[in-house]
Amino acid sequence: MSTVSLEQQKKMHPHKFTLWVAIGSIVMMFAGLTSAFIVKSNQTGWKSVDLPKAFYISTAVILISSITFQVALGFFKNREMNKYRSMMGITLLLGVAFVVLQWFGFQDLWAQGITFKGSGAGQFLYVIFGLHAIHVVGGIITLLVMFIKAFVGKTKLYSSVPIEVAAVYWHFVDFLWIYLLVFFLIIGG
Amino acid sequence: MKSSFHGTEAKQKNMSEAINVQHGAAHVEHHDAHSHGHHKETFVSKYIFSMDHKTIAKQFLITGIIWAIVGGLFSVLFRLQLGYPGQSFPILETFFGNWAKGGQIQPEFYYALITMHGTVLVFFVLTAGLSGTFANFLIPLQIGARDMASPFLNMLSYWFFFLASVVMISSLFISTGPASGGWTVYPPLSALGQASSGSKLGMDLWIVSMALFVVSSLLGGLNYISTILNLRTKGMSMTRMPLTIWALFFTAVLGVLSFPVLLSGLILLLFDRNLGTSFYLSDIVVNGEILANEGGSAILFQHLFWFLGHPEVYIILLPAMGMVSEILSVNSRKPIFGYMAMLGSLFAITILAFLVWAHHMFVTGLNPFLGSIFVLLTLLIAVPSAIKVFNWLTTLWRGNIRFTPATLFAIGFVSLFISGGLTGIFLGNSTIDIHLHDTMFVVAHFHIVMGVASMFGMFAGIYHWFPKMFGRYLNSTLGYIHFWVTMIGSYLIFWPMHYQGLAGIPRRYLDKRGWVSFNDFPELDKMITIVSIIVFAVQLMFVFNFFYSIFKGRKVTNPNPWGANTLEWTTPLRPGHGNWDGEIPEVHRWAYDYGKDGREFIPQTEPIGENESKH
Repeated sequence: MSTVSLEQQKKMHPHKFTLWVAIGSIVMMFAGLTSAFIVKSNQTGWKSVDLPKAFYISTAVILISSITFQVALGFFKNREMNKYRSMMGITLLLGVAFVVLQWFGFQDLWAQGITFKGSGAGQFLYVIFGLHAIHVVGGIITLLVMFIKAFVGKTKLYSSVPIEVAAVYWHFVDFLWIYLLVFFLIIGG
Repeated sequence: MKSSFHGTEAKQKNMSEAINVQHGAAHVEHHDAHSHGHHKETFVSKYIFSMDHKTIAKQFLITGIIWAIVGGLFSVLFRLQLGYPGQSFPILETFFGNWAKGGQIQPEFYYALITMHGTVLVFFVLTAGLSGTFANFLIPLQIGARDMASPFLNMLSYWFFFLASVVMISSLFISTGPASGGWTVYPPLSALGQASSGSKLGMDLWIVSMALFVVSSLLGGLNYISTILNLRTKGMSMTRMPLTIWALFFTAVLGVLSFPVLLSGLILLLFDRNLGTSFYLSDIVVNGEILANEGGSAILFQHLFWFLGHPEVYIILLPAMGMVSEILSVNSRKPIFGYMAMLGSLFAITILAFLVWAHHMFVTGLNPFLGSIFVLLTLLIAVPSAIKVFNWLTTLWRGNIRFTPATLFAIGFVSLFISGGLTGIFLGNSTIDIHLHDTMFVVAHFHIVMGVASMFGMFAGIYHWFPKMFGRYLNSTLGYIHFWVTMIGSYLIFWPMHYQGLAGIPRRYLDKRGWVSFNDFPELDKMITIVSIIVFAVQLMFVFNFFYSIFKGRKVTNPNPWGANTLEWTTPLRPGHGNWDGEIPEVHRWAYDYGKDGREFIPQTEPIGENESKH
């Protein structure tokens, strides 16, 4: 019987599994864009860009937000609901800060004269970082719903699955950002 | 292969216990939702915003049928132009106004028709209509689940498809007309509004519609994969699943991994169109005006497009293959020949699907060395394809075949797949492709092997599972007429196109009379047009049969009308949301025990008998 319960524990919740497949799908989308970037970067007339500082600050912000999310999940599992709420609040704020910082980064680039005209690293940057930011916004909306639920719900929340699923997604967009940043530093520079 | 079940029996027992525990939890959860739903099921929650996979399947099917009528009608219209160039059909002007001035189809309208015919049939009918319908309907029923892993996402999947449909339909009614640069929407034609009237608003609507469509297909695909891997009933190990489920599984994997890449390509296209970027544009002169765009590459789009475009062919084909395997086995009262080989070949096709996209681009200036690698990979697909054909034929061989309309359409599928597959060997060779590229030969090839063959698979599926969907039978006499006219008609339409193509007749030309070299086959074109009209009329007869039979068809009284082994036939005649009234049945064997130990069929739910021969 012990093996059975072990097997059961190993089995992933279907929703979490679905998310992993979805992550595979999102990865393919960015793989398509970054491989287009590589192809274009070898052609004549390619213009590279220097990444504005805002993107480095936003990297730190999203890294910290991943940690706070993980801490929040720990509090939830220990049923320390007040600490859970405050940690979720901080994660939410950091998420919003990340998107705002990306916006500042775009503005900085635009001020340098890198607009939509052309087809160099700058134009790809707007598309790729923009799409990534949209994925972060999706995470922020999910977080917001959970944050509100943590305050107003009449029924007590016990299942940690929705939060775990959201956390996996949040860590994924964090990881995706690191990948994109490194990618731009190596190939775009 | 069957003996391998025997060897792993002990291990499977352990596994199935684990599944049972997991399943027990899922069961309770679903059952709650079920009884809960019974109390406040309204018309809206039951038929419109339904979360029942069976209702969603029917929504996909009926939307797909409407699209098939629209897309089919388009082909009849442009066939009129091809068969009777220069002739006036005043009725066209009555219906289409300026698009058919003087009763003649105008050039812009002609290109809009072929573009929309391709888009509609490839995406809206043979992707959403085919795998949307049967993945939704069959996956939970055949693996023994009460619904999908996420019924809510499943509902969203349909409604995103519906939205995509609304946007695409609306593009037909704007003054500049729908997209008209071909279903592949190659830039620069698709990227520049000044290039043609169809490249204006119609093209933007096309992109928006396709983006919504991609979302729909991803939400669906995620659910299919997750459901198949997580929600199988006790005893339903992966190698006991019917081949339909395996085929739908690989279809979903292909869709989930390739559609996002199309979306990437379309996003860049949208930027080029509306925000002035030059991802695909460089050195272009339109109407004497030199455009400022520089540094872009139109070939880049083709890579991104065909990275989806080729797997898309198998997204269309695999569900048909799966259903044909199941239907042929059930109706020849024999086990499927080479289950494991069937499964392996599905897997091989899935892998190869991602490695052959550049064979659509042999004449783009692709490096010939690279081309030769893609030739090799392309021709490799012949191996799994041949395995599948061999196994279908050996399944039929000396079988006790019941020629139901479903069986006939399944056999028709095999015939078309062979005919169309052989011409694929021609086109897969880059040297021959230089001559055949963009000719009617290509049109003939992909219509037979992918278009018509998959339609046959879809018809087979509809005739076979209609009793489970609606509790009534389709009329068989109309079914036989439908089959024979469509079968003969398909060959009459597409077989001559091979000759046209070999003679160098290009596809997509509006009027070939102006070219001495292309003007060799006016009578043949007339014949093709006449047959197209007849075949289209017979499809309308099928649509009548479909809707008439939903309400007035002969009622099903036997819960297992075809004597099949799979789980969907163990449900009540008209299953409610949750599929089984009591416990979900347990599975003890694979799905293909037909004619074993002198018994006609042994359902999957029957435990292995003591004196049973090897299993």
